[in-house]
Amino acid sequence: MHDLRYDGPTTIEQAVALLAQGSARALAGGTDLVPQLREGRRQADRVVDLKRIAALVAIERLANGGWRIGAAASVTRLARHAELAAAHPGLIEAASLIGSLQIQNRATLGGNVCNAAPSADAVPLLIVLAAQAEIAGPAGRRIVAIESIPRSPGQSVLAPGEIVVALLLPPSPARHAARYLRMTPRREMDIAVAGAGACLTLDAAGVITHARIALASVAPTPIRAPSAEASLIGQRPSLGLFTAAGLAAAHDAKPISDTRGSADYRRELVAVLTRRALARCAFDLGIPLP
Amino acid sequence: MKTVMTLDVNGEPREVLAEGRDTLLELLRDRLGLTGTKEGCSNGNCGSCTVLLDGEPVCACLVLAAEVNGARVTTIEGIATGNDLHPVQAELIRHGGTQCGFCTPGIVLSAVALLARNPRPTDGDIRHAIAGNLCRCTGYDKIVEAVAAAAQGGAP
Repeated sequence: MHDLRYDGPTTIEQAVALLAQGSARALAGGTDLVPQLREGRRQADRVVDLKRIAALVAIERLANGGWRIGAAASVTRLARHAELAAAHPGLIEAASLIGSLQIQNRATLGGNVCNAAPSADAVPLLIVLAAQAEIAGPAGRRIVAIESIPRSPGQSVLAPGEIVVALLLPPSPARHAARYLRMTPRREMDIAVAGAGACLTLDAAGVITHARIALASVAPTPIRAPSAEASLIGQRPSLGLFTAAGLAAAHDAKPISDTRGSADYRRELVAVLTRRALARCAFDLGIPLP
Repeated sequence: MKTVMTLDVNGEPREVLAEGRDTLLELLRDRLGLTGTKEGCSNGNCGSCTVLLDGEPVCACLVLAAEVNGARVTTIEGIATGNDLHPVQAELIRHGGTQCGFCTPGIVLSAVALLARNPRPTDGDIRHAIAGNLCRCTGYDKIVEAVAAAAQGGAP
């Protein structure tokens, strides 16, 4: 690794200006970027630390009931935010799967999204919550759905000089739950062979009015499972319904075979994990499953 | 490009030069001579380089030195009080929770951070707290027993 210049700006405008110079990279938690730079897997002559910008590490409830989570706030900070954890237990549970406690003390949701790993544990949950990224760059601000940010493994749609400044969570409807489950051979410190995030919204009569399914490690980026989602709308929660949705999600998945698992095994995992994630949502909502 | 960093290491204010590419691990070992912090994998998997950054365990290999300007760092050298070992250290010795010893500094710091937040951890809490510290010698049971004993004030 060549010499590296470090900057720790305190405003978003300074950060954007610094990122426009040379081959600069934004530094959030650094748990991916630092070893990538040192092992030569990414090149940069400057890192711009985002953690000294107050807005990038703030966690705030919005007037509409949604949340604005600074892109460089650590996972630990999120997990210790009692009000956020109560509002979004599924998000905290998913983010707390990332690495070890040492990693979670540094790692951020902004980094988990922008690092664009197919296996990113927090991303399927953010996708099912319909979360958006607030992006700042040389051309100003824009808002992009989280599911549109990863482009390919390790590549995001961010333009040069752009940074995600915050994750925006929309307000949750009254009867709403979201959960993410993954399969790893080891309980901790492992990367998902496959993962499934699910969310459900029920109306007063107990009918599913909204559902999203997002899958990890079964495509070049985290993906939605549209046929699984469609199979749930207008139905009442039941194990049979969730089993069918799991099979639909397995059909939506586009896995490859690699050292972590075969494509066939990953499809089987998607079916089971989707069913179980939906059942967890039903449990959260107090719905007994016939 | 070298810059002067000011930070608190084990309760002492330190001024030290660091290159932009230096990690906190290199700052501690090579520039401050604090070689109790071990380098294992250098990519955040093994936890051998665990130190406390503002009281929270981190892998020093994943933190740039420049990021800790103004911060408070605790390494294994700052855990004992004079010649009196920290209870976690004493219990690791008593329970045989250390063998080659390479992972031990990191384990001690993870355990100290756990007990600071959770003085009465379950075995599950202890195993979760040290999940990011790989030991290839002992098999963890004696380590967990030692941390549990330290939490109970040194009872067996």
